[in-house]
Amino acid sequence: MRQPAGDPRRFRFDPMEITPALILNAVIAGLLIGGFYAAVSVGVSISFGMLDVVNIAHPAFILVGSYIAYIVNDRFGFDPILVSLVVSPLFFALGLGIYRVYYVCFERRGQESLRGLAFFFGILFITEVALVLIFGVDYRTASTAYTDTTLRLGGIDFPLRLVVPFAVSMAMVAGLQVFFTHTFFGRAVLAVAQDQLALRLMGVDPVRIKGLAFALSIATASVAGAFLIVIQPVQPSIGREYIGLVFAVCVLGGMGSIWGTLIGALVLGVAESFTSTFVGPSWAPAVSFGLLLATLAFRPSGILGR
Amino acid sequence: MLVKTVVTTLRRALGALFIGLALTGAAFAQQPPTLKIGFGMSLTGPLAGNGKAALIAMEIWREDVNAKGGILGRKVEFVYYDDQTNPSTVPGIYTKLLDVDKVDLVVSGYGTAVIAPAMPLMMQRNLTFMTLFGLNVNSKFNYDRYFQIMPAGPEPAVGWTRGFFDAAMTLNPKPKTIALVGADAEYPHLALEGARTHVQRLGLKVVYDKSYPPNTVDYSPIVRAIQASNPDLVYVASYPPDSAGMVRAANEIGLKTRMFGGGMVGPQFAALKTQLGPLLNGVVNYELYAPELSGKFPFLDKFIARYQERAAAAGVDPLGFYLPPYAYAMMQVLDQAIVATGGLDQTKLADYIHKSSFDTYVGKVNFAKNGEWAVPRVMMVQFHGISGNGVDQWKKPGVLTVLEPNAYKTGPVVAPFQDARK
Amino acid sequence: MSNRAFAAIAFAVAIAIAAASQLIGNEYFFVAAYTVLQFVILATAWNILGGYTGYVNFGSASFFAVGAYTSVALYNAFKAPLPVVIVAGTVTAGLVGLGVGYLTLRLRGVFFAIATLALSVVLYTFVVNWDYVGGARGAYIILPREGPFGLSRYIHLLYIAMVLMAAFALVIARAIETSTLGRGLAAIRDDELAAECSGVPTLRLKIFSTMVSCALMGMAGTTLPYFISYIEPSSAFSLSYAVNSIAMPLIGGMMSWMGPLIGAVLLGSVQQLVQVTVSSAWNLLIVGVLLVLFVTLAPNGIMGWVYAWRRRKER
Repeated sequence: MRQPAGDPRRFRFDPMEITPALILNAVIAGLLIGGFYAAVSVGVSISFGMLDVVNIAHPAFILVGSYIAYIVNDRFGFDPILVSLVVSPLFFALGLGIYRVYYVCFERRGQESLRGLAFFFGILFITEVALVLIFGVDYRTASTAYTDTTLRLGGIDFPLRLVVPFAVSMAMVAGLQVFFTHTFFGRAVLAVAQDQLALRLMGVDPVRIKGLAFALSIATASVAGAFLIVIQPVQPSIGREYIGLVFAVCVLGGMGSIWGTLIGALVLGVAESFTSTFVGPSWAPAVSFGLLLATLAFRPSGILGR
Repeated sequence: MLVKTVVTTLRRALGALFIGLALTGAAFAQQPPTLKIGFGMSLTGPLAGNGKAALIAMEIWREDVNAKGGILGRKVEFVYYDDQTNPSTVPGIYTKLLDVDKVDLVVSGYGTAVIAPAMPLMMQRNLTFMTLFGLNVNSKFNYDRYFQIMPAGPEPAVGWTRGFFDAAMTLNPKPKTIALVGADAEYPHLALEGARTHVQRLGLKVVYDKSYPPNTVDYSPIVRAIQASNPDLVYVASYPPDSAGMVRAANEIGLKTRMFGGGMVGPQFAALKTQLGPLLNGVVNYELYAPELSGKFPFLDKFIARYQERAAAAGVDPLGFYLPPYAYAMMQVLDQAIVATGGLDQTKLADYIHKSSFDTYVGKVNFAKNGEWAVPRVMMVQFHGISGNGVDQWKKPGVLTVLEPNAYKTGPVVAPFQDARK
Repeated sequence: MSNRAFAAIAFAVAIAIAAASQLIGNEYFFVAAYTVLQFVILATAWNILGGYTGYVNFGSASFFAVGAYTSVALYNAFKAPLPVVIVAGTVTAGLVGLGVGYLTLRLRGVFFAIATLALSVVLYTFVVNWDYVGGARGAYIILPREGPFGLSRYIHLLYIAMVLMAAFALVIARAIETSTLGRGLAAIRDDELAAECSGVPTLRLKIFSTMVSCALMGMAGTTLPYFISYIEPSSAFSLSYAVNSIAMPLIGGMMSWMGPLIGAVLLGSVQQLVQVTVSSAWNLLIVGVLLVLFVTLAPNGIMGWVYAWRRRKER
């Protein structure tokens, strides 16, 4: 029953064969998960990176998205991701409402830094507890046509359970990037982050712009929530586990840059996958967050920071 | 001035707190003839699903006992609080049960994490403590009035894992290498320790031995690393979400090994059985009861039917093969001991439980010196022939073979894993 | 009142409370009071950085756990006595706080908040993989069956230790609040740039207050292993510590040392009551709802009402 002294399990490379296929698989698995991380983080990249609204409750909204996808999938068998796209306007409206409260109670009074944070922290908890009261604490899953199918191309596995969210996520991120750089509204959002006064002089109401952009960020939570329940079983408290992750991705990639968020997410996914495969899965979370702490300490502007 | 305000505020608050608590206690303390049994149970938090299931079983027991006139003529009443699956609430709950609610007996909540925090209090007051599914708690406390209803045997970690290795040794040719993998949590670590003692005993070579964080999203890198080390056997000790993740990943990657599974928590419950469905085919894992054995435990079918009826309404595990029969049995042991000793003398109760043998719904139970079952009885089964994700196929025999222990064996293990999956 | 006088009174009161409560025969009182007092320390500690300086720490639970696990390590190493454990846990948590502060406090405040979130994960992973303190399996602290020093139960000793530590935390908080240091911190909170320009050594002050705040959080955690006997990472890092240590000062009021005290006693007692009456998930819901309500509708907390009421009376 005794653990051997010095515990040789730690930090030891097992006699596994490191083949090119193993490395390639680790890369692919990391990229696929990274795509999912991008969808989870892109909302925070908008709200926190562009608008300076530190929405730490974002993962809670993602979970609400998961549960909505779950109910519809469970009752009617519709695909969770399709459901999430359909209900995303509701999330958009919810986002508008929340920003309104946030603006009136905190931003206008200049109290956003401390009390605004506490506000979102409270929302996070209320949402979680509400989910517990409604759904209980059991793990919920959604079943789709592709859940148990895996494509195999030349020794590399592509589980559709990860490929489909990855593909939709890429489309969403690319769409957002185009939107922010090529439309008037998108550019106005970028401008809000820089100079609100100038924007006002041009006849644009920065509060309205911020509200719409925040609503957009909450709308992405709906889709990310559907990915989440396709990829792993969901219960109300797993939202917390993503708080650190989304901010890690945002800071890692560079605040407020959509491409940066994508790159940050992919880097994190691959780093985790490599640690998991070659060093030991125990250390995977520490690696990603160690990466965040190091970024904060040495290059706070992130990989693609402005 | 300020100080005075603070002091009075503090005093008043403490006073109010105390009075408030005393009053809530008094509300329960009005019926002298009843026999009050107190416990904390996880009704919220991560283990709430099991906690609620255990509570249903215990309620059924209480109704049964009261229907036949109670224990020693006293009706049984439960006083219980939600421990939120949070160990730091446990000392408060049990001191309140004993000092404010003045219960006659206490039993434990579900799981190691909420049993251990209650132990010091039980030891200070020399109480007999029946406990529900804690793994190896008493190895640290060495308390002679601790009793565990989980059938892991006097050396819990060893007894819990033995079946997998016994089944593996029936393979021809004998397996030589093994991969050990589990979640970073209390149960999996203990199970892996047990597995390591068997590995040493049998002279197997460990080619992979790692743990992963319970909130891992993608398990395929882990299974691929295992595949790269090419083990004959893969022993997995996991909790429900990661059990699902590991089984999925093994399926996605097409893991090539001879036996896979062993210590996964989750496939005992309907939630995972229906979620994974055919993916479970070929997996070897532990169970505490299966419909295949219904002839061997005469009363259990009827109990499970009653449980299933209520479970559907309460939204908890609709099968009830794992925890509920044992929760019921725990109360049966206590019941029989009280009746035999003719009272609530804690010394007599403990002595009696130590030296007697109990007829319960889960069979004959004897306790070893350390309060565990005298002989381990963990069943190792292999799933096969599961089709679709329905729940009804699980309610009757046909989707699994019992491999161990020998007394309950219904067939041999099928290997390798890839063939058994068909 | 001078700090020394305040300290003398605070400790005298603490000793009086501790002595008086020995007359209470009901053990439940001690367990409940212990829990509430633990939150008094956490809230007070959080407020030193959060309330006085305006930097939000989401990682209270991790500093609390640093204290708890220092205890476990020392207990495993040589069954260290309680006072040694308390001092060591406090110092260790302070040093961790110093490190985190040094790494992140040069950035905007919100990065500090995020770094504390990340730190929880890193420390959690570290503890899970550190087998000496039990790792993921958890560690047992076996208490003697008889109470020490002629006290009838061990919990009495823990309770007395908690009362004294709470008094200590309040004394420190008040000393910082009324000193030049406190004014420097308030200047940082109100406008960091302006403070920097007028010669306030902002970085040094911030790092110092982070260190003190984290050290006190660690102190609150040192007795946890003795309290619950079996400690595993998820209970030591429980998020309820983080939420409560933020919610309590916000509800009580963040401007003075009395706010966290009032908030903790109030919210802590309510939670104790709810747990044994209504029970279930309502516990956290109450904390969450109160937090949001106070933060949006009464930003200065209960003490804010007190000040407003006093001002009206003076007029």
